Amino acid sequence: MRSTDSRRESDRHLAKHIVATVDEIPPGERKIVEVAGRSIGVFNLGGEYFALRNQCPHAGGPLCEGVLSGFVQARVPGEYSYVRRGEILRCPWHAWEFDVRTGQSWFDPAKTRVRTYDVTVEPGGDESTSSNELSEAGLEWGPFTAETYSVSVNKQNVVLEL
Amino acid sequence: MVERLAESATEGGGKVSIVDCDIHNAVPSPESLKPYLSTRWQEHQEMIGPRYRHGFTQGDPYPRGNPNAARLDAWPPSGLPPGSDLAFMREQLLDALDIEYGILNCLDKVGEQLNEEYAAALARAVNDWQIAEWLEKEPRLRASIVVPYENADFAAAEIERVSDHPGFVQILLLVRTREPLGRRKYWRMYEAAQQYGLPVGIHFGGMGGNPITSSGWPSYYIEDHTTMSQAFQSQVISLVSEGVLERFPDLRVVMIEGGFAWLPPLMWRLDKHWKRLRDEVPHLKRLPSEYVKEHIWLTTQPMEEPTNPKHLLQVIEHLGSEEKLMFSTDYPHWDYDDPNRAFPIRLPPDLKQKIFSENAHALYRFEAGE
Amino acid sequence: MHETSGDKTFPGQAAAGIIDCDVHNNVPSIEAIYPHLPDRWRDYLIEHGVSSIEPNYYPRGAPLSARPGSRPPSGAPPGSDLGLLREQLLDPWEVQCAILNCLYGVQMLYNDDWAAAMARAVNNWQIAEWLEKDPRLRASIVVPAQSPELAAEEIDRLGRHPGFVQVLLLVRAKMPYGRRYYWPIYQEAERYGLPVGIHAGGATGDPITPVGWPSYYIEDYVSLAQAFQSQVISLVSEGVFARFPQLRVVLIEGGFTWLPSLMWRLDKNWKGVRREVPWVDRLPSEVIHEHIRLTIQPVDEPPTPEHLLQIIEQIGSEELLLFSTDYPHWHFDKREDALPTKLPSELERKILVENAQAVYQL
Repeated sequence: MRSTDSRRESDRHLAKHIVATVDEIPPGERKIVEVAGRSIGVFNLGGEYFALRNQCPHAGGPLCEGVLSGFVQARVPGEYSYVRRGEILRCPWHAWEFDVRTGQSWFDPAKTRVRTYDVTVEPGGDESTSSNELSEAGLEWGPFTAETYSVSVNKQNVVLEL
Repeated sequence: MVERLAESATEGGGKVSIVDCDIHNAVPSPESLKPYLSTRWQEHQEMIGPRYRHGFTQGDPYPRGNPNAARLDAWPPSGLPPGSDLAFMREQLLDALDIEYGILNCLDKVGEQLNEEYAAALARAVNDWQIAEWLEKEPRLRASIVVPYENADFAAAEIERVSDHPGFVQILLLVRTREPLGRRKYWRMYEAAQQYGLPVGIHFGGMGGNPITSSGWPSYYIEDHTTMSQAFQSQVISLVSEGVLERFPDLRVVMIEGGFAWLPPLMWRLDKHWKRLRDEVPHLKRLPSEYVKEHIWLTTQPMEEPTNPKHLLQVIEHLGSEEKLMFSTDYPHWDYDDPNRAFPIRLPPDLKQKIFSENAHALYRFEAGE
Repeated sequence: MHETSGDKTFPGQAAAGIIDCDVHNNVPSIEAIYPHLPDRWRDYLIEHGVSSIEPNYYPRGAPLSARPGSRPPSGAPPGSDLGLLREQLLDPWEVQCAILNCLYGVQMLYNDDWAAAMARAVNNWQIAEWLEKDPRLRASIVVPAQSPELAAEEIDRLGRHPGFVQVLLLVRAKMPYGRRYYWPIYQEAERYGLPVGIHAGGATGDPITPVGWPSYYIEDYVSLAQAFQSQVISLVSEGVFARFPQLRVVLIEGGFTWLPSLMWRLDKNWKGVRREVPWVDRLPSEVIHEHIRLTIQPVDEPPTPEHLLQIIEQIGSEELLLFSTDYPHWHFDKREDALPTKLPSELERKILVENAQAVYQL
């Protein structure tokens, strides 16, 4: 799970919020909650929970209301590969694609030509293996990060920490 | 001038009332128009219905970014299609963004119909439906008169029929027409628009019978969408070159949902070649760019997103006028611009005021006495 | 009109001279290519009364078509006389290399085999009457683009000839140039290390603007800029440069001031609707920076020179622009007006020489 923006960590008193019971958000489903004045989407990907700020960093759209889809790639025209089905969130406005596991927007460069920006996402203790696979394949972080929050499962409750 | 603008761009802008120059009210279903169609055309609707040049009964050969080309969150809880539910539009747009006035551009496919009389009947029906369901119900809304633009006589008749309703502030055409819009076949329509003091709005879209490029049909939606600005460019060239803006000196034209950064290079190009080729078009008495700057307005959506945001201020300077840009959201479409987030840089307050409100007030004159 | 030689036209100009990336060598008459045609096609032209396949891109009497002094006294078309070309351009401008683009209407013919025969003949005529007569000249391979297989054969025939530095297409075509139909052309061009030049013009019988047929020639000419924009969109979106990563495309006689706004629009749309074209694996503007070049004429200059410099900066790369005069077409009066003013000298050198050396491997 990802921790919050490190620049604001010193200002933040982390509190835990119960946002749902686990059966409310079965695999493939989501729930959008209001916590501490923020709208947050909680997603279940194959039994793991992730949470993203319900606000697209592009132009402020309600990101978590978007389509959950897969990621289409191609090295050459006409050959398609379709991966991470159900894990790529598309903003309901301008359709930018976000990896639910990390909150990063994804472009798919075969060569490392995309300009990089400082990204303050810090790996949590339980780094997602699928993100590693993608990194090894030469994929790079996009320039925007949707705010992410730590989520853990406390008995039958889904708990949000922010 | 660029330096001065850049300095003042850091000043805080106060709250500005917003005029939204492009909102799409959708006809919920063909049944909605039935009350406004005569029996003859109701029967035609049942038997034949609308027909499109792309050959599909519904949909489009280029699937849009989202269903109905709409923001996913713009589907009303009532189950009606995006843009067809006034209550939801109030909630999500007019009230939420504190819109002072909004201009409805109904994109029902009227002008494209091959049967011109059917197109005229549909136009009448859509306009009567707009009056009953929108203009009479919501004082903040104004609307464009939908016309069968490929038949200028029919279009002029419709303009004459409904122009006295104070809710109508504009004529609506779609940018992809059968011929370039400066051509003579359209002149009767401009005459009527000028006579009744209504701007002519030319909006993204349409399928008028020409491929969207001069080399045929592209393969992908991204191409179709991006190429639309070339259709707008061609229409500017035509309106200028054919002398429409000379012949109808009071005509005002609004390019809606076409972007705007393409206009300065086009003006320069027109001026340059007019200097060599002016003898071919002796009916033009002035530089093409002068006609453009006097007669043509543009809405801001889809907002330009230069790689370096500061270049947007250069574009506005290159336009040569601060009075011609008018803010629009394009609600409920997916490429929607939010007024608080759309501009990539902070605007100087006076420019912001013009773009978000004053320029539209000056053009459309929403209140009596404006 | 002719300044004395010895004065540098452009302050930043190197001693070796400039490279002119768009000069027109026009076929003086159809008889000029008879010697280069096989009997079957020569007799065909004569017996069926084909007096010319000259295109109508430049009406003979229009001022834009021919700068003063460029019409040969014989009455032959402007640009058909090597002597005049030397006298009016190559010598006074100190041109170290000029790239010829012959626009004879091969690509307008509907009979593919006839088009291919005419292309071969025109190219052989180019060799005999131009390339072998002046070492400063290079040329573009004229191809029957309407049949990509036959076009590929012609590229294969001439790809190693040192005088040919480019494959020539016209900007208005039967289909957008990114479509896979045309890929045999790009395959051959890439194989021989030749850029593909897309030049203003082209006539397929289909409407020349996105909204139909305009009434006036001025509209035709001005709207070429839109045709170039559409082709850029197509080449990038269809993944031509993903499939042919060594390929370079040169846009010729389309101007360039429209490029920044096009790149921004295409970048913006790509971020949202990239899924249909997943082989476009980075910003379209980066693809354009790497693979596309543009000759500078006509310079559609704004009234404020500073604005032109802003546009050049907005393009975002110093490697895209290539100097051209577009001889004999008339776009500027004084020689120094051929190039934007007050360019930084390093950029001026790139535009005058270095960018062309890079893309044409001169």
